[in-house]
Amino acid sequence: MGRVNIKGVSRKFVKDDIVRTLALDNVSLDIEDKEFVCFIGPSGCGKTTLLRIVSGLDYPDEGEVFVDNERIKGPGPTRGMVFQEYSLFPWKTVIDNVIFGPQMRGVQKKDAIEEAQKYLELVGLEQFRDSYPHELSGGMKQRVAIARALANEPQVLLMDEPFGALDAQTRNSLQHELLDIWQKKNITILFVTHSVDEAVFLADRIVIMTARPGKIKEVIRVDIQRLRDRTSTEVNQLRNRVLKLLAEEQKKIS
Amino acid sequence: MVRGSFQRLKNNSVELLSVVSALIIWQVTAVYIVQNKFFLPSFTDVAEAFIITISRQGVFPFLSMNLELPVLLVDTLYSLMHFSIGLAAALAIGIPVGMLMGWFRSVERVFDPLIEIVRPIPPLAWIPFAIIWIGLNPFGAGFVIFIGALFPIIINTFTGFKSVPRIYVEAAKVLGCNTDRELMRRVAIPSALPSIAAGVRIAMGVGWMCLVAAEMFGVSRNGLGFKIWHNYYLHHMDFVLVYMLVLGFLGLLIDRLLRSYLEDKFFKWRTGVVM
Repeated sequence: MGRVNIKGVSRKFVKDDIVRTLALDNVSLDIEDKEFVCFIGPSGCGKTTLLRIVSGLDYPDEGEVFVDNERIKGPGPTRGMVFQEYSLFPWKTVIDNVIFGPQMRGVQKKDAIEEAQKYLELVGLEQFRDSYPHELSGGMKQRVAIARALANEPQVLLMDEPFGALDAQTRNSLQHELLDIWQKKNITILFVTHSVDEAVFLADRIVIMTARPGKIKEVIRVDIQRLRDRTSTEVNQLRNRVLKLLAEEQKKIS
Repeated sequence: MVRGSFQRLKNNSVELLSVVSALIIWQVTAVYIVQNKFFLPSFTDVAEAFIITISRQGVFPFLSMNLELPVLLVDTLYSLMHFSIGLAAALAIGIPVGMLMGWFRSVERVFDPLIEIVRPIPPLAWIPFAIIWIGLNPFGAGFVIFIGALFPIIINTFTGFKSVPRIYVEAAKVLGCNTDRELMRRVAIPSALPSIAAGVRIAMGVGWMCLVAAEMFGVSRNGLGFKIWHNYYLHHMDFVLVYMLVLGFLGLLIDRLLRSYLEDKFFKWRTGVVM
């Protein structure tokens, strides 16, 4: 199960005892098990902060987050995370990166490697198991990062603009692969993105956030059959709708 | 085989020519211009002295045995012993201190002012206390080397730990690596290793310099540095030069060994040249 309940979460960033920014203002959202939710909004709207709070790397000043009715107090194996920056450990080979999580849980190295092979196959990189990250392209690094997160068998996968640094073509093919993986693994995905195209292509629901302080402006359910055609009329209509909402927020900043 | 080594000679001909010319200029200057063995011994004088140092026997006490070895080897062993004592102590103290300072802000605040005050004191200024506290034994000489090697190790370890990319720490936390101990062991140390290794390399260089001075200033009655001073008193300048050159070659050798060891062992994951 991977139900996420975000209840009245606020987060302010304080410097020298003065509140500098209110990053999140009373955000509430319920996410169903196995749902694919994309978060989109102007830069600095707190979407990454929200994801970090769900991961346990950051904490809310007010409100709470529950995963399967369990309150989150810190990072834990129920939630995996893929970062925008390349986060593979450069001193470990691909396979050693993937078994890092299982080894921390005390799985024997031999068993962990056997499991990890499956995840590398899932992302199509089994022949690179003994390479070091610096030998891989950007897209391959993010695939390994996904495999590493999945190897911990999380119920929820948190993705913070994971394809943001990739070129358009690699990005498209990784979006396809991610949908495949999501369907195979039956997990909940929370996905932060800047790209309307990406959100429209991937999500069950798109959460549009306001400019700072971050609130939920609108939640759009996407009822288009997958695999979605990026150029079909209904996809374009939806994209226009999202773009308009984002433009309103963008105006507030400038 | 013969062709192979000939080829190698050819490839390094410029370097070889440079060394040979320097030797010839040295020899000619010493024999025909300076004409004073005390002021500038010639290359052949030094070569003769070198042969004497390896043919004459000396005694090196090892465990309960007294090993009969060539004098030069005995001196080298003494010096390496002083060097190892100092370096081992510097590693044993410097790396943990640097790690804790880099990881815990509070430890940094405690140690940083002390280090900043003590660090500028030249290691050789510690010689009187080395003699009084520890005495004229290998550990006294080792102490001076320890002081010289300690700070580069602390500072590089500290810097390495301070600059562990946050993303690696967060990635590890999300994967279930949560305690300070585990994070240091599994993330910070491997990430900081290149910086630590660079610090050790600097420390070995500084320690090697201190070694000569420590032995010269009488913290020990043996070793390469001691023999430089000893032969100076005897006006054996050719022997002085032998020991100087041995120090140079040994220093070079140690540095090369360390470098190739580190590159094989640790840094396959790094792109390009490490250090």
